[in-house]
Amino acid sequence: MPHAYPFLTPEQKKELSDNALKIVAPGKGILAADESTGSVAKRFQSINAENTEENRRFYRQLLFTADDRIKPCIGGVIFFHETLYQKTDDGKLFPQLIKERGMVVGIKVDKGVVPLAGTNGETTTQGLDGLYERCAQYKKDGADFAKWRCVLKITPTTPSSLAIKENANVLARYASICQMHGIVPIVEPEILPDGDHDLKRCQYVTEKVLAAVYKALSEHHVYLEGTLLKPNMVTAGHSCSHKYSPQEIAMATVTALRRTVPPAVPGITFLSGGQSEEEASVNLNAMNMCPLHRPWALTFSYGRALQASALKAWGGKKENAKACQEEFVKRALANSAASIGKYASAGDKGAAAGESLFVANHAY
Amino acid sequence: MTHQYPSLSPEQKKELATIAQRIVAPGKGILAADESTGTMAKRLQKINVENTEENRRYFRDLLFSVDPSISDNIGGIIFFHETLYQKSDKGIPFPKLVKDKGIVVGIKVDKGTAGLNGTDGETTTQGLDGLSERCAQYKKDGCDFAKWRCVLKISDGCPSALAIAENANVLARYASICQQNGLVPIVEPEILPDGDHDLLRCQYVTEKVLAATYKALSDHHVYLEGTLLKPNMVTAGHSCPKKYTPEEVGMATVTALRRTVPAAVPGICFLSGGQSEEEASLNLNAMNQTPLHRPWKLSFSYGRALQASALAAWKGKPENRKASQDAFCTRAKINSLASKGEYKPTGQADKAATQSLFTASYVY
Repeated sequence: MPHAYPFLTPEQKKELSDNALKIVAPGKGILAADESTGSVAKRFQSINAENTEENRRFYRQLLFTADDRIKPCIGGVIFFHETLYQKTDDGKLFPQLIKERGMVVGIKVDKGVVPLAGTNGETTTQGLDGLYERCAQYKKDGADFAKWRCVLKITPTTPSSLAIKENANVLARYASICQMHGIVPIVEPEILPDGDHDLKRCQYVTEKVLAAVYKALSEHHVYLEGTLLKPNMVTAGHSCSHKYSPQEIAMATVTALRRTVPPAVPGITFLSGGQSEEEASVNLNAMNMCPLHRPWALTFSYGRALQASALKAWGGKKENAKACQEEFVKRALANSAASIGKYASAGDKGAAAGESLFVANHAY
Repeated sequence: MTHQYPSLSPEQKKELATIAQRIVAPGKGILAADESTGTMAKRLQKINVENTEENRRYFRDLLFSVDPSISDNIGGIIFFHETLYQKSDKGIPFPKLVKDKGIVVGIKVDKGTAGLNGTDGETTTQGLDGLSERCAQYKKDGCDFAKWRCVLKISDGCPSALAIAENANVLARYASICQQNGLVPIVEPEILPDGDHDLLRCQYVTEKVLAATYKALSDHHVYLEGTLLKPNMVTAGHSCPKKYTPEEVGMATVTALRRTVPAAVPGICFLSGGQSEEEASLNLNAMNQTPLHRPWKLSFSYGRALQASALAAWKGKPENRKASQDAFCTRAKINSLASKGEYKPTGQADKAATQSLFTASYVY
């Protein structure tokens, strides 16, 4: 306990830290393109496209070959295992294409949620078995960061202390294993937006969950400068009757993060959860305009919030390729601007109007 | 666990946050004048002065009666219980004298260390009994912040998991009680500099101790924006053969703090431990020049490192009053510059300033 048994050399630490900073460089965020085969099925169903391996390859190719306008917007792309070994029409492996375009390649490594017996429907996440060997292989195959998603939910009795502790611990184990192989772990403790709880309740739970996560990371000797955090924004539950402004969401979120995420963490890349594309951009923008001091980058790691319009425009038809890419580029540019607090949405009344909507943070 | 039962109203939070920010306003730090009667005995013995109540009063009066411009450098003064109820030569109660200069009044509230059975001489700190009532009274009597010191040590088997957890917990209990009574708690988890361990070992231990401290504060629902931290700087042990530069001390310390102290904490006021006056100033200056981003103020809470020269100049003789006050003001100005990273030493420091103030296993 009182001795350090260093397992990362200074060179290993530098590689991790450099990659983390590269992903969240100013104006950049992450394209989460790691939908599992089952998740893609749902997406494709909504646009009447068949869920074949070729369709999945074709669609990801559309995103990865979007024009150079995305280069200053996308710092990293998260892959699903299958996609890591697929190729472009010209026969180039996707990871290689992404790397050549200056973006960092990431890989989803968890194996989904499993129930915690004796709880009110809570879960932990599996995937630690053989993770050490899998990470070594992924590193060889071009991955420089990884992602692992844990899930918690808010009800009158959850999250329980078991769920909080167990998920924090498994995230820390995953992070520790990744770093041994030069892979930056993105730590994702998602608190679902389901429920009718208010903003304050979500803020409170988020603070408790994140405090537990960073205590676990400390116990597992994880090198924080070589990690990223992918949390939920602090929002009210979907069925909450009270509606909150982007400024209130931003104030609650940034307050929660300031109380729990050590400054050594280079970047926080929000998940979009059930938010619409516009909502996700407007909220991210508000985060970056929040008058509280933020020592880490606040950017995006969006899946649906970057792809919804693009998917719709594609509709499974080859001739819609350009239209699909155009929609994706539009959202990438919007979120890039939001990540530096420069996004002007259609309904924006200007910076001054926005600022006055921030309530004094002592109420949070 | 999952529900919040708010312990502080928005007004209470605002008051605490405002007090904390006043103490660590730019260029300001804390004068730790809270030496217990027993500790004052040692100080006074060194200059051949009798440890009488009047002598203790006289010396504190000497410090508190300097020119009001001292409030440019001193944001807060920590009192010992006896001193809180003493008066200046002109009959002005000390709290009033200090407050009228625009300086915040603080009070030491712990009751010293107590042994932890089954450990290698480790301790916890007592003083929780009746603390709420005592805090309420101190608030009435003019105090706006409090201080509680826990002690850990580095040796082969220390600090143990028990010592870390127990001290973190008692600090959190103290902090929680203080805030209920409108007092900003200064949280002090001091790791002693005794031993021959190197800089890296101290950094490792400091990171573990601070991670545990902030987890405990989270568990006890402490409002971080209304607290201050008083840690040791990260240094090698006093008998370590290798000597480190202020820059190395600065880098190791700021790194450890960035990995553990949330940005919501407004300020970190270092204890001086056994450092000489000049060392303490040079190291603080180096902290504020370290090329890592620091979201909290880095300032001082010095006892010996502000008073050594003043004591040596006084020698118990009234005719030395002005010289003693000048010595104190000089160190205060220097530390004020150091807290902004602007201290440029001229290369000459007087004897008392460079004399090491280290006392083995320091006990207040």
